[in-house]
Amino acid sequence: MSSVAVIDYGMGNLHSIAKALQHAAPDVDVQILSNPELILKADRVVFPGVGAMRDCMVALDQSGLTDVIKTSAKTKPFLGICLGMQALLSDSEENGTTQALNILPGHVVHFPEALKDAKGSSLKIPHMGWNQVHYSAHPLWENIPQDSRFYFVHSYYAVPNDKALVAATTDYPDTFACALSQDNVFAVQFHPEKSQTVGLQLLNNFLHWNGQV
Amino acid sequence: MSLAKRIIPCLDVANGRVVKGVQFVDIRDAGDPVEVARRYDREGADEITFLDITATHDNRDTMVHVVEQVASEVFIPLTVGGGIKTLEDIRRMLNAGADKVGINSAAVFNPEFVREAAQRFGSQCIVVAIDAKKVSQSGEGDRWEIFTHGGRKATGIDAIEWAKKMVDYGAGEILLTSMDRDGTREGFDLPLTRTISESVSVPVIASGGVGNLDHLAEGVIQGKADAVLAASIFHFAEYSIQEAKEHMASRGIEMRL
Repeated sequence: MSSVAVIDYGMGNLHSIAKALQHAAPDVDVQILSNPELILKADRVVFPGVGAMRDCMVALDQSGLTDVIKTSAKTKPFLGICLGMQALLSDSEENGTTQALNILPGHVVHFPEALKDAKGSSLKIPHMGWNQVHYSAHPLWENIPQDSRFYFVHSYYAVPNDKALVAATTDYPDTFACALSQDNVFAVQFHPEKSQTVGLQLLNNFLHWNGQV
Repeated sequence: MSLAKRIIPCLDVANGRVVKGVQFVDIRDAGDPVEVARRYDREGADEITFLDITATHDNRDTMVHVVEQVASEVFIPLTVGGGIKTLEDIRRMLNAGADKVGINSAAVFNPEFVREAAQRFGSQCIVVAIDAKKVSQSGEGDRWEIFTHGGRKATGIDAIEWAKKMVDYGAGEILLTSMDRDGTREGFDLPLTRTISESVSVPVIASGGVGNLDHLAEGVIQGKADAVLAASIFHFAEYSIQEAKEHMASRGIEMRL
């Protein structure tokens, strides 16, 4: 039985993600872990997170899990979700400028103020709800229809230095990267654990992914 | 490609049971919030909201169990409101699997609670529920005030100012209920919805008064709501959520179909 570690560093809705992983792949051993040694033993790692970037980085420091995340991101299939995606970049505009993990070189920026849609109506921040995801080929999109809707809730988004890392985009109203891919690391801004069928499919794909692109 | 408007069915739950008569002929136990949530999920609900109307504090544990069970099977956003008064209440609901909590009267009694909650858990999970009632007389400009105790107690607080303040304090979303329309099936208070939605930067969920599918569409088109919440029209199986979404889409609204 393969195993997946959901990293518990005191932030985020771990119950939701763990339940969704278990539902997506009943044959996988899903563990919520804060012990570095056990995380390193797992076959795959999920790095979730909600809330503010500075709190996230402080929580990572205090939990002593920063090195484990960096090691895992080099060695095994690794999925960052929402703030867990943003934390993989180099830094974020949130809370002034917050240094992040620099696993995926690039920045995290806030949506511009006073956004308007095509009809001239104001767009709300946070970007909240079901929006379409336009992807480029990657094993994690298997059996997911192109332009499917996933559930988002965020005010900041990732801008990688290397555009080749972009695995999917979403429009709000401008196009931004909603998924990034680099070797064995995959990261999504939306919440697959809250995106019903397509979200569960993505989790299932991750739980059977060997980390090769 | 753009963001879809959301349809959110709302279930009133007391002591772990759905109240206000959900009437589906084809589910075994229409009082079981888990079964009802599962059905709404299948029909395409974009989120589900539970309103805990349990009278006593002792019975609130039941709601935690309901949320745990639903969150194990239903993988769309879940909001829990009703009786959320402390940071510990929020923590328990989020740990049980809720994605957002609705704060209503506790915000009125202590606005700082909203700020603390948003700082601790993030704005994305803090929904401030506003119960508003029109207080202007005919002939003068529209004015709405915040009411508590199910619309019985006026607070003297202007609804627009209050909505803006709650967003400043960290609300990530506003659930706006017209106490004039709630239960009437006459449609949303569209001027109220539009005024609040255009006054704040965060998404606004329209609530109170839905009697037919056109009302849902009007809430978005005229009311400028980002999401629409309804209870009875779905509970009594007059319309399925799928029908509601198709109807809204036919009126030119972007929906997740």
